[in-house]
Amino acid sequence: MTKLTAAIVGPGNIGTDLMYKLLRSESIEPRWMIGVDPDSPGLGRARDNGLVASHEGVDWLLKQDELPDLIFEATSAYIHREYAPRYQEAGIRAVDLTPAAVGPAVIPAVNGNEHAGAVNVNMITCGGQATIPMVAAVSRVTPVSYAEIVASVASLSAGPGTRQNIDEFTRTTSRGVETIGGAERGKAIIILNPADPPMIMRDTIFCAVAPDLYDTGQDAITESIHQMVAAVQSYVPGYRLLQDPQFDPPSAATLGNTKVSIFVEVEGAGDFLPPYAGNLDIMTAAATRAGEGMASTSSTSGKGEAK
Amino acid sequence: MNDLNALTRTWSADLDIRLTDTCLRDGSHHKRHQFTTEEVRSIIAALDEAGVPVLEVTHGDGLGGSSFNYGFSKTPEQELIKIAAETARNAKIAFLMLPGVGVKDDILAAQGNGGSICRIATHCTEADTAEQHFKLARERGLETVGFLMMSHTQPPEVLAKQARIMVDSGCQCVYVVDSAGALILEGVSDRVSALVAEIGHEATVGFHGHENLDLGAANTVMAVRAGATQIDGSVRRFGAGAGNTPLDAFVGICDKLGWRTGVDFMKIIDASEDVVRPAMPEECRLDRMTMMMGYAGVYSSFLKHAGNAAERYGVSGARILQRAGQRKLIGGQEDQLIDIALELKREAESA
Repeated sequence: MTKLTAAIVGPGNIGTDLMYKLLRSESIEPRWMIGVDPDSPGLGRARDNGLVASHEGVDWLLKQDELPDLIFEATSAYIHREYAPRYQEAGIRAVDLTPAAVGPAVIPAVNGNEHAGAVNVNMITCGGQATIPMVAAVSRVTPVSYAEIVASVASLSAGPGTRQNIDEFTRTTSRGVETIGGAERGKAIIILNPADPPMIMRDTIFCAVAPDLYDTGQDAITESIHQMVAAVQSYVPGYRLLQDPQFDPPSAATLGNTKVSIFVEVEGAGDFLPPYAGNLDIMTAAATRAGEGMASTSSTSGKGEAK
Repeated sequence: MNDLNALTRTWSADLDIRLTDTCLRDGSHHKRHQFTTEEVRSIIAALDEAGVPVLEVTHGDGLGGSSFNYGFSKTPEQELIKIAAETARNAKIAFLMLPGVGVKDDILAAQGNGGSICRIATHCTEADTAEQHFKLARERGLETVGFLMMSHTQPPEVLAKQARIMVDSGCQCVYVVDSAGALILEGVSDRVSALVAEIGHEATVGFHGHENLDLGAANTVMAVRAGATQIDGSVRRFGAGAGNTPLDAFVGICDKLGWRTGVDFMKIIDASEDVVRPAMPEECRLDRMTMMMGYAGVYSSFLKHAGNAAERYGVSGARILQRAGQRKLIGGQEDQLIDIALELKREAESA
């Protein structure tokens, strides 16, 4: 298979970590790293790894004779919203790691195939990537009337974008819990923990399911969860269940539902970001997988032609 | 009184310190978030009548806290805020929100229901997560208070920098919040002094204490002497862990020290006995669990959740709390107590 060529826009920590993952990809060739600061260490690292690095921004990239098939956007929602139409005009498909949500949201293990043909896909949030697969694992077995996720990440791994837009994180994630996870109603909570040494990302997923499933549904739900964990592990090796799924019988405290509790941890691969930053690793890993999914559907598209 | 810290005030010059009762918010933890509309109406009426100038009403974990993780509210908090605002004649109604749990729309709803003081709480190193909320609250004409939770975990100079971030975002009063009841006397006054030095010419400084090592009232006296002018407490200690600084007793202490609070001691001790006590599931106690929270530096609202997990998995609740301290869990991570209980159970089985 011919590899798709890719440009990474945004040579920061995320873009650099993503570059190392794409360099290992069998279907994507990262060829450009685009930034705006000539002194960016990320551009230097990209050059060292054989990429063409430019500090003249996307405007420079779009003027080149040869354009990438894919752009991975690792800048900000604001920038992506501005540039997404121009990528599309140039026939370049985009994997968006910002919260811009221009294109459909993708969780590779859940709906990766649905949007493999899209011109722009969005990676939601780190908390969404880590928890929505678990909600989906339950909802594919039985209706989930309510799902709630609690994401705890190391303070050091939460950048200014997340901090200044923390409402955006909770809203976007809870929407994903509903639309992709399949819960009737979703809620998301995020905690930034400053412990030193930094804590590895942890996520807890609570699902409300029918009362009788406490007696009749535990095996099927547990089996589905284990299968989904394996599916996520295929692109995030550090994704793991901390405990067996827990089932609590219906009571006043569960509002009459059977409560399913799932505890996971996400340890990063340590490509560039430290292993505790599993929240960032799962974003770059999921973006890589989403890009590979797009590669599988575009064997006929040439450079700058796909529409 | 500290003159510097008296410069910018959001309340009457006739008071030396402004008291906030939080039994209908911090007490929500002890009550497992099961307040009824009637309880809220009667407590608000009694404390308003006693002259408490600010009364806080919200789910224990702030707006949007009703959840599996923190416990579902029996009555929606917005309904309780509305009843409180309708009932109070003089007191202002405050509400709490934690960025990451609640969102800006919750603040607007609480204001719509009559809340007028927006208290925004972050872990004491994460003040920058609250910038958008302070900004919104001020734009909408709400009075703002910032909470630096788990203040025992950071030295005074770090807290002062975080207080600066809050004030620059629009916060009018920053509280040193001893969420774990782990601070001891000078530990409080050193922190309050550092905040007064940093923000005292622009904003007031407050203190919120817990009783887990039996020092709530004493710590609060230290805070006032160091320049704190807004003070939290809960009548009859009705709060998380071993409870808050007992506001009823603290009113008496202020009378003795000549600090004007505007609260009638006779009325508040009657309210404590006749109105607040009947709404409490039990008194807030110093016991093995709550003392461990102060000792290990654990967020006070973990108490009931650690108790639930201990019962569910047959392990020691005090050990769960101890390990929560070792893991450096912070407010909001109640889910991890279940993980700790399962870990303790596994260790016991393999031993």
